[in-house]
Amino acid sequence: MADSGSEEIAVIGNTDLTPSESENNLKNTMVEKGTSLLKMMEISVAEAEKRTGKNAVNMQETYTVYLIETRPVDAASEGTNPVPDSLWRRYSEFELLRNYLLVTYPFSVVPPLPEKRAEFVWHKLSADNMDPDFVERRRVGLENFLLRVASHPDLSSDKIFYSFLTEENGWKETVFETGFQAKADSRLKALNATFRVKNPDKRFAEMKHYGDELQSVISQLLRVRARAADRLYGVYKVHGNYGRVFSEWSAIEKEMGDGLQSAGHHMDAYAASVDDILEEEEHYADQLKEYLFYADALRAVCRKHELTQYELEMAAQDLTSKKQQREELATGTIRTFSLKGMTSKLFGQETPEQREAKLKMLETQIEEGEELVKERNAECEEFVKSAWVDIERFKEQKDHDLREALISYAIMQISMCKKGIQVWNNAKECFSKM
Amino acid sequence: MSASVVDNTVSSGNSSVAIPTDISGQILDLDEDDELEVFSKDTSTTQTDGSSFNASMQTSPASMINQYKFEEEEEDADTKDIFVTVDNPESHVTAIETYITYRVETKTTRSEFDSSEFEVRRRYQDFLWLKGRLEEAHPTLIVHPLPEKFVMKGMVERFNEDFIETRRRALHKFLNKIAEHPIFSSSEDFKIFLTAGSGELTSHKKQGPGFLSRMGETVKAVAAAVRGVRNRPQEFTDMQEYAEAFSQKISSLDKVTQRIVREQKEYLEELKECGPTYALWSQSEQELAEPLKNVAGCVDNCCKETEEQVKHLNDHLIPVLHEYVLCADTLKMRDELDKAEDRLEWANNALKTDWTRWQKVMRTDLRSAFIDTAERNVSYYEKCLAVWESFLQSQRTDAEGNGNVDSS
Repeated sequence: MADSGSEEIAVIGNTDLTPSESENNLKNTMVEKGTSLLKMMEISVAEAEKRTGKNAVNMQETYTVYLIETRPVDAASEGTNPVPDSLWRRYSEFELLRNYLLVTYPFSVVPPLPEKRAEFVWHKLSADNMDPDFVERRRVGLENFLLRVASHPDLSSDKIFYSFLTEENGWKETVFETGFQAKADSRLKALNATFRVKNPDKRFAEMKHYGDELQSVISQLLRVRARAADRLYGVYKVHGNYGRVFSEWSAIEKEMGDGLQSAGHHMDAYAASVDDILEEEEHYADQLKEYLFYADALRAVCRKHELTQYELEMAAQDLTSKKQQREELATGTIRTFSLKGMTSKLFGQETPEQREAKLKMLETQIEEGEELVKERNAECEEFVKSAWVDIERFKEQKDHDLREALISYAIMQISMCKKGIQVWNNAKECFSKM
Repeated sequence: MSASVVDNTVSSGNSSVAIPTDISGQILDLDEDDELEVFSKDTSTTQTDGSSFNASMQTSPASMINQYKFEEEEEDADTKDIFVTVDNPESHVTAIETYITYRVETKTTRSEFDSSEFEVRRRYQDFLWLKGRLEEAHPTLIVHPLPEKFVMKGMVERFNEDFIETRRRALHKFLNKIAEHPIFSSSEDFKIFLTAGSGELTSHKKQGPGFLSRMGETVKAVAAAVRGVRNRPQEFTDMQEYAEAFSQKISSLDKVTQRIVREQKEYLEELKECGPTYALWSQSEQELAEPLKNVAGCVDNCCKETEEQVKHLNDHLIPVLHEYVLCADTLKMRDELDKAEDRLEWANNALKTDWTRWQKVMRTDLRSAFIDTAERNVSYYEKCLAVWESFLQSQRTDAEGNGNVDSS
């Protein structure tokens, strides 16, 4: 398989691409992105294992751990194959890593984790987290996550990420030491609160809307696809009954016997072929799911921008009102209603000393306010700049990946049709011998 | 001895003749009345003089045996001398009832027909009558089944288009099977069915059961007389065992096929939602809009192909399987006959010959139905394959045209 040159040719030209091959194509794409991290090491999630242990409330629990392997790039090319460095991590640690990244890089579209619980399942597919097929797909998804982060221009150079890959013990403590949790809590509160931004940035508003649409349409597609897969499974499996009846019938026939019997075998093969077909399709569904969750990450960035914008507006608003207060105090006119104004009217005017003190305080506050506005403005600008860069990067990645996914879907359909043609041609030959 | 395989539609007016317990003598008497020179005649069915097909003539049993010889050429389309079509259903409303008639068109070169083309209208009742007559006249032979009188599933009413079309096809097959049968096709009842005006048919129907059915009764009486006395020959037992097993298998196949159709239809319902979802998605995208729209189109095309494939199964394989389910029922009901075989030696031979013929026809019919289905399935997959390959082609052209839009 060609991994030099354009990966597109490798995908389109070879219609017999298997899921693992197209996975490799994706990996190669990310490697070729050439972040310094990926230039240095190979990353993989090689295995999954079940463990039992005591949890936080001292109860027995079973959970799965995943083996992260890292290998220096040079070693591979040198021909030697040293034992890779490896460590075990469980899903909750991946979640912790991601939350850290979300808080620390609010302007980045942070790659999503594979789903926590199996959703969009069709009947044969298990919704059980312990099911080996689910675990396997999750392993692949986690590896994908790590590679996505490792190929991201900003995230890949993060030290916490690096130690996640390399330091088994004490990593959790290191993460908590960054104090990101506090930030996370306040951010979370702010994001969940409803607030209205006076001057929303049009681009971000559009992006958020797009994120909503993407999430909605991919959910719908996954639902419809799962139902269709269920039905297709039924169609194929019922043909297995042909196999059984043909076989029984052939026992009572003389001339027709052989033809019927062998036709029956082909019907059995046809019925069995659906398992592989649907397994491949599940891989396609996983690719769609990744972007379903990416949509969420995109919307999160837009929300954070709104928050930043909002905070700026609040600071600006606050500054304006303070300036107004100063003016009122200085000129003695009360243009705006204030409780202080009312009470002073009721209880008598302030003394000039009091007024002087107030003015001084206001001046300080206004100075601070102006600083704050400047800060927040700079934050906002910085955020917009960085976020927009990453959004553009994300858009390109999404267009590329989804187009590849559609192509691989077409390849799958073609493979399914070819199998069908073969089986029915074989069956036809057997029927002719009846 | 002769039994009533003679095609004789003339009733001599004698309504009921008392049948003595020992009728062998009587039967032989009838024989003597026959034109004995028939024994020496060449009685292959390709007679050019119309004499052996005279309505009132009774051919002797021996000659009937010769007629029963399975001749390949009979089945050969080149020597086929009668073509029957059933089409053009029409609804008729009277004060009492509403019913459907079908046009039955006959084209033939047989000399016993007064003309070479006939067109009549018949209703289901008429077909039932014809089948009954043939069964009466030839109780040991296998008459091809008619479509059911009533729809079993109970969900389709009699005048529904699909139902009428399915019935029409089955009636067409029925008449053609009769026409292809060495004995039945020379039945006078058959000829009248194909050629008589409605008034003529009605009056013909009114004539009593006639000689033939009395012969049929005779057979049954003999059967009753010797019941339990004789052993069944192994061959007959084998045949009935086969009939039972065959009936089971063919019923299973019928059920399996119906289940497949149901599952396919449900699959189609879900698939129909996929295309529009891709189309909806394409509206939110820019670069991806074109490939998404393309995929939507592909899925819609595959839906159309699936729809046609299901229709084909429904219209071709299922009717054939159903026909043979009914056939199998007919086979199973011949249990009474075996007792008579010892007495009615040539009837047994006729039965065996007809049985062999039936098996051959069954084999041909089912083989071609399955081959047809397999071919249709291949065609279905080939069409879907083409749909997706053209999508790939378009994406390849795009990539080359844009000069590697994507990374790397």
